[in-house]
Amino acid sequence: MSTFNINRRHLMAAAAASAGLLAAPSVLRAANEINLYSSRHYDTDEAFYTNFTKLTGIGINRIEAKAEELIERMKAEGANSPADVFITVDAGNIERANVDGLLQPVSSDTLTKAIPAHLRHPDGSWFGFSKRARVIVVARDRMKPEDVPTYESLADEKVKGKLLIRSSGNIYNQSLMGSIIAADGSEQAEAWARGVVANMARAPKGGDTDQIKAVAAGEGDVAVANSYYLGRLIVSDKAEDREIASKVQIVFPNQNGRGTNVNISGGGVARYARNVEGAVKFLEYLVSDEAQMLFASGNVEYPVVEGVKLPAPLDSFGSFKEDTLDAQKYAALNAEAVQIMDRAGWK
Amino acid sequence: MTASTRTSPGGPAAGNLTGWVRKTRPNGVVAGTLVLALLVLLPIGAVVASLFSSSAGALQYLASTLLPELLLNTLGLIVLVGLGTAVVGTGTAWLVSACRFPGSRMLQWLLLLPLAMPAYIIGYAYTDFLLFAGPLQTTIRNMMGWTRDDYWFPEVHSLWGVSLMLVLVLYPYVYFLARTAFLEQSRGLLDVARTLGRGPWRVFFTVALPMARPAIAAGLALALMEALADFGTVQYFGVQTFTTAIYRTWFGMGDRVGAAQLASGLLMFVFLLISLEQWSRSRQAFHDTSRRQIKPMPVRLRGWRAALAMIACTLPVLLGFVLPVLILLGLHLDGGDELLGARFLSYARNSFLLAGTSAVLITACAVLTGYCLRSRSPVAGPLVRLATLGYAIPGTVVAVGVLIPLGVFDNWLDAQMQGWFGLSTGLLFSGTMLALLYAYLVRFLAVANGAIETGFKRIPPHIDDVARTLGRTRRQVITQVHLPLLNRSMLMSAAIVFVDVLKELPATLIVRPFNFDTLAVRVYQLASDERLEQAATGSLVIVAIALVPIILLTRVADSGGMAEPGLQP
Repeated sequence: MSTFNINRRHLMAAAAASAGLLAAPSVLRAANEINLYSSRHYDTDEAFYTNFTKLTGIGINRIEAKAEELIERMKAEGANSPADVFITVDAGNIERANVDGLLQPVSSDTLTKAIPAHLRHPDGSWFGFSKRARVIVVARDRMKPEDVPTYESLADEKVKGKLLIRSSGNIYNQSLMGSIIAADGSEQAEAWARGVVANMARAPKGGDTDQIKAVAAGEGDVAVANSYYLGRLIVSDKAEDREIASKVQIVFPNQNGRGTNVNISGGGVARYARNVEGAVKFLEYLVSDEAQMLFASGNVEYPVVEGVKLPAPLDSFGSFKEDTLDAQKYAALNAEAVQIMDRAGWK
Repeated sequence: MTASTRTSPGGPAAGNLTGWVRKTRPNGVVAGTLVLALLVLLPIGAVVASLFSSSAGALQYLASTLLPELLLNTLGLIVLVGLGTAVVGTGTAWLVSACRFPGSRMLQWLLLLPLAMPAYIIGYAYTDFLLFAGPLQTTIRNMMGWTRDDYWFPEVHSLWGVSLMLVLVLYPYVYFLARTAFLEQSRGLLDVARTLGRGPWRVFFTVALPMARPAIAAGLALALMEALADFGTVQYFGVQTFTTAIYRTWFGMGDRVGAAQLASGLLMFVFLLISLEQWSRSRQAFHDTSRRQIKPMPVRLRGWRAALAMIACTLPVLLGFVLPVLILLGLHLDGGDELLGARFLSYARNSFLLAGTSAVLITACAVLTGYCLRSRSPVAGPLVRLATLGYAIPGTVVAVGVLIPLGVFDNWLDAQMQGWFGLSTGLLFSGTMLALLYAYLVRFLAVANGAIETGFKRIPPHIDDVARTLGRTRRQVITQVHLPLLNRSMLMSAAIVFVDVLKELPATLIVRPFNFDTLAVRVYQLASDERLEQAATGSLVIVAIALVPIILLTRVADSGGMAEPGLQP
């Protein structure tokens, strides 16, 4: 008997706890707060949020998860969704949210003046706030930048067995593939994907940093990575990271043609936002000099606003010509990109 | 020493009496289980329902590209993980329960430790350690002066590699249930077999193993369902399975119909598994009714036999726990997560709150399903199987599946309230912890049910009849007989659910409320940002916290010996 009494007490306590959970208001929405659904997950972003609140008095509530999943959540929540602002780390997903009717157009002179046209949606449904270049990284002692001057050259015979690139499940590769379809057409793009697969030093695995490390260690000679992963290794506190960075060299592809593929971290105001004014204020804050500097110094991303002085190590990379293909265009090609990579056997 | 073996729990003698009693009353337990099964099926159905929506879906495209590979990989995963966990789990369980060798007592609980290690974390740890650019291969190359083409190293990122990872963290499910079963086999049966001239090996294969088969099957089913639902590890290892394909079609190509088609394919695998388990259980149920349960006398091993046994039992602990913890510790010392220090309390509190509440809630639900099975209602078996389907469904699918009906309900309620009273309720459940608990219930009811069902099986049905004959009401049978006897099973169930929720990632990530981070979420965010050193800190904390219920588990399992308290005459 006694044992059961204990259990009953436990159950009562649990019931009380559950009731407490239930009673907790689902969304604490004070007058001056905005709710952020974000797929950015960088510790350095904390500075954005605290600075913004200090500056405007507007508090920020956050949920951080993958963009794809946040989109499903917003869809399920429908007209009562608490989201005010939606932020992604790529163009594909922010455009998908837009196509799915989860965003609303915003007219803000501050935003349109600060951000180049090809990095925002024409209707103001979303805006790019930072750029990440998809670059080629080569082993300093075994490859010359001239050997792989373009994305297209990654499929060349001379790269055979030397290429390190991550899985096609990765959104950055999907966006790159989208830009190649846009530039070269579907057929060429598929041939290219097959060439890339044939040239791989090993089956795709790991993240972008792993590809760079593998080049430094000699598993292959050429890697594809987002610029900030290399940047982070260069400015790392750890000597071994800096040593890895010293063994490789950055190549901005397609400088004599359309330019290097740039993805964006983008954001927009949610379709059913309650605090539209606060949401727009936040987006406008993201193009302020202070915030643009934070993108560059915190996570080594490129600012979208012209004239922001680049901190190390971005200044050492030098300026480069970027592909001005509308982010919206290659984002729309995402599904086709995945299918092509599947057919080419790109794992 | 009267050990009776019956062909079915609803055997002719006892079954008729209780069956007759039951017929005269409406069965609330079955109704409760029906509600539970509907709750679990709702989110799964919400996803699968897309099958019947407008677009044609990607099945045709998949059939021409990925489908053969998906099928092969998924089957391969089932076979490899199944064999691995069965052999490791059962083998070690038999060794530590039937034999004595140096360290065997300590190994009894050490063997459970890998349960504390989330599969994705062991994946990160080993990958970082074994990669071409990782410390092991780099050291080998530097020592020998080799380059890439001078040596061969097994490819970790393969079906074999990922299966090994999953075996290392999932074998404890089999081990735990098998060991409990072995310990509960009374010495009598085994002695009889020995007296009749069977050697120790033949006793194992002809008596002990067949009697433990239901428990082993239950453990195996859990391990395999978990393996099928795994996304993080297989994705990280670049092995395409149904789970990764669902993710890819749904999120990469925005094709929910295609994803639902794949999810249905996954469900077929699950049904296959469940029927296999049922088949293996159905033909036998053992109720050892001997009044004096004597612990089996362990065989003392010496010499090379002892050494072999020791190695066999130490290896899973070393590979599944000690080595990955050391690797993580190394990563942590290399550049751990400083932020975790400042926020540790809030992360840990959230993790505890979720894990604790769901442990109690889900265990309570499992007592209901356990009862339903005991009721011998013809619909009981199928109902409980449906209610425990969620364990094999990838967390992401469960999460989105939970969001959809909750969103529909919340918006409907809001519209009603606006219409009738002019006040807006907004989203009542979506984005609350209640929604999260719901997702956990869908996902983990199977685990709790496994423990409770095994507990119920150990209570011979005739005890109910005896209690009723002695004038106890049905309610009193529950409160005075069953629940005290189920005490340990309930604690076990709660402990395992606690650990599972602590480790759970995708559902927590998607369904959680604002500003609500848990330890697992923190680890995920750092790992997806390719900051493994920092992620190691949180991983170690998760492992450390998970150890608490696991140690409790071992103590609970051992405290009562093998006799259920209250069963002594």
